Amino acid sequence: MTTMETSGKKGGPVGGDTSSAGPRLSGPEQIQHHKSDTVRKWGEVGLFVGPALVLFLTFVVFPVASAARYSLYKWNGIKQFSEAEFIGFENYARALWGGNDPATKDAFLTAYTEPFWQALSHNFAIIALSMAIQLPLALIVALTLNRQFPGRSLVRVIIFAPYVLSEVIAGVMWLIIFDPNGFATAVVQKIGLSMPSGGWFEDQTWGFWTVFFIVTWKYLGLAIILFLAGLAGVPQELQEAASIDGASWWQVQWRINVPLIGPTIRVWAFLSIIGSIQLFDMVWVLNRGGTTGQYATIASFMMQVGYFRKDVGFGSAVAVIMFLISLGIALAYMAFVLRRDNAAAGEKGR
Amino acid sequence: MITMATVDTVATGETRTSTKLRKPVQLDAGTWLSIVVAVVAVALTLGPILYLILGGFKTQQQLTADPVGLPSPWVLQNYGDIVSQPVFWKQLLNSTFVAVATTAGVVLFGTMAAYPLARYRFRGRDAIFVVFTTGLMFPLTVAILPLYLLIRDFGLVGNLWGLVIPQIAFGLALTIIIMRPFLQSIPKELEEAAFVDGITRVGFFWRILLPLARPGMVTVGVLAFIGSWNAYLLPLLLLTGKADGMTLPLGVTQFQGQYASATTSIMAYTSLSMIPALVFFLLLERRIVDGLTGAVKG
Repeated sequence: MTTMETSGKKGGPVGGDTSSAGPRLSGPEQIQHHKSDTVRKWGEVGLFVGPALVLFLTFVVFPVASAARYSLYKWNGIKQFSEAEFIGFENYARALWGGNDPATKDAFLTAYTEPFWQALSHNFAIIALSMAIQLPLALIVALTLNRQFPGRSLVRVIIFAPYVLSEVIAGVMWLIIFDPNGFATAVVQKIGLSMPSGGWFEDQTWGFWTVFFIVTWKYLGLAIILFLAGLAGVPQELQEAASIDGASWWQVQWRINVPLIGPTIRVWAFLSIIGSIQLFDMVWVLNRGGTTGQYATIASFMMQVGYFRKDVGFGSAVAVIMFLISLGIALAYMAFVLRRDNAAAGEKGR
Repeated sequence: MITMATVDTVATGETRTSTKLRKPVQLDAGTWLSIVVAVVAVALTLGPILYLILGGFKTQQQLTADPVGLPSPWVLQNYGDIVSQPVFWKQLLNSTFVAVATTAGVVLFGTMAAYPLARYRFRGRDAIFVVFTTGLMFPLTVAILPLYLLIRDFGLVGNLWGLVIPQIAFGLALTIIIMRPFLQSIPKELEEAAFVDGITRVGFFWRILLPLARPGMVTVGVLAFIGSWNAYLLPLLLLTGKADGMTLPLGVTQFQGQYASATTSIMAYTSLSMIPALVFFLLLERRIVDGLTGAVKG
């Protein structure tokens, strides 16, 4: 608790300030004193919090609220918003099941609904594959590297480097490597295989896997470094005691190290899931989600329609859906998975 | 939010336990396994990056004839062409300006806001803090379409400030969440002593709190800088004009689109764009890793 945290029980503007620890006066003089103190306090609060609050409300809260509002209109973002046509939840209906108008339903199914579900399925596929492939892979690498060996700190730096590179640089780099006449093709041909028939990115099946590989290259280092940081906090004594008792290396890892870095793993998984839902930059750099959207994500689809096809109303509806999915996942994850960790961390901290 | 339960690790600064000198290195089987895994991981990480850099030293004919081999002969022309043109340097300057201004704004306004939220008692304090924490739930992607229209209405499309101001706003949530416990942990005796000496609260903030909060500010500053340096979505919408008004990531994609057939030039351009980020990373590697692990570790 701090000095400023005085008795709030009186409430109201007379709630005093203990930093003026002089003798307590009574009568009008004191009230005068308190009043000016309160005014000054609020002035200071305004001075310190004001700029941040104004920026935050203007450029974060207002646009998010606007997205919710625009999503109820048919609007191209060019003419005045006051001329936009209010269509209720039609944009949502269009995305989810092709809209409620039988006359346009078939056209909308092809133009909006199918790409929407296709993109959303890619987001969920990336989440599932992150847990099924990236998590075990990062864990194995981290457990293996969690010991002394020559060059250890350099190895850590290098493994982490892709995370710091921009998505654009990483994306352009892999576009060149996976060029149909590029390095990847030459290598697989040398070992007697051939490139996926449509090309590394354009192939309807393999395009998604190529992109997942690139995303893994970019983000695996973060997982490894986080897990290593968690492992550094596991008391060495526990592992030594278990080894003396005859536990094998695998048993030590599986029964001591992995459970003890559980909280780190769960937080990484949370960040990974939310990041997968909002994945945009990399997918956009890699040919905007593919010519037929074979690896588009919900965010790239939103940009395609909302910005480049000037359908701000529909794009906003997609943005709101994306937000609701992230929010739902975040709340569920915190309620069922992270709550235990937070409770434990709270006890530890006390 | 998760971060709230975890920031105390940042505040105390204990994030990476040094395991050096714990045990003498023994080259047993397990160590060899570690070395093998490390070599494979390093090769997979660095391989593509080296390929890109080396590709910049090839001619287009060399690359087409043999995409795998080393450059022979090595040509400097791709790199030379880029560094002799002002566009690359202008983009580097733009990126630097945007990242520095964003970082300064995020750290300054974020720390300022965290100060009363940490050390004053006033009605609505917790409500304001909650408002800021909800910012973590509002990613830029969700707000991007209305945000673009808003910036357009302000007349800031094509202007670097149109990039800086929203980036500051979106960086505030994390900054305030990290800085508040940091500022709370500074002992109140210090504050009392300062007031006895006749320093005002504002003076206390500038002259005593800010220097003490420097480790936390470095952490949030580094995260803000990287975020800004790598930003793509907002520049993509805002800096649509001439190439020399762009930031580096956008410049790379613009160059790639414009010279689509000159792969080796693109490789050189991308490699050069990588250097500032890599240098920054190598200089501050520890800070970056500590900041990230501190923000995540439970």
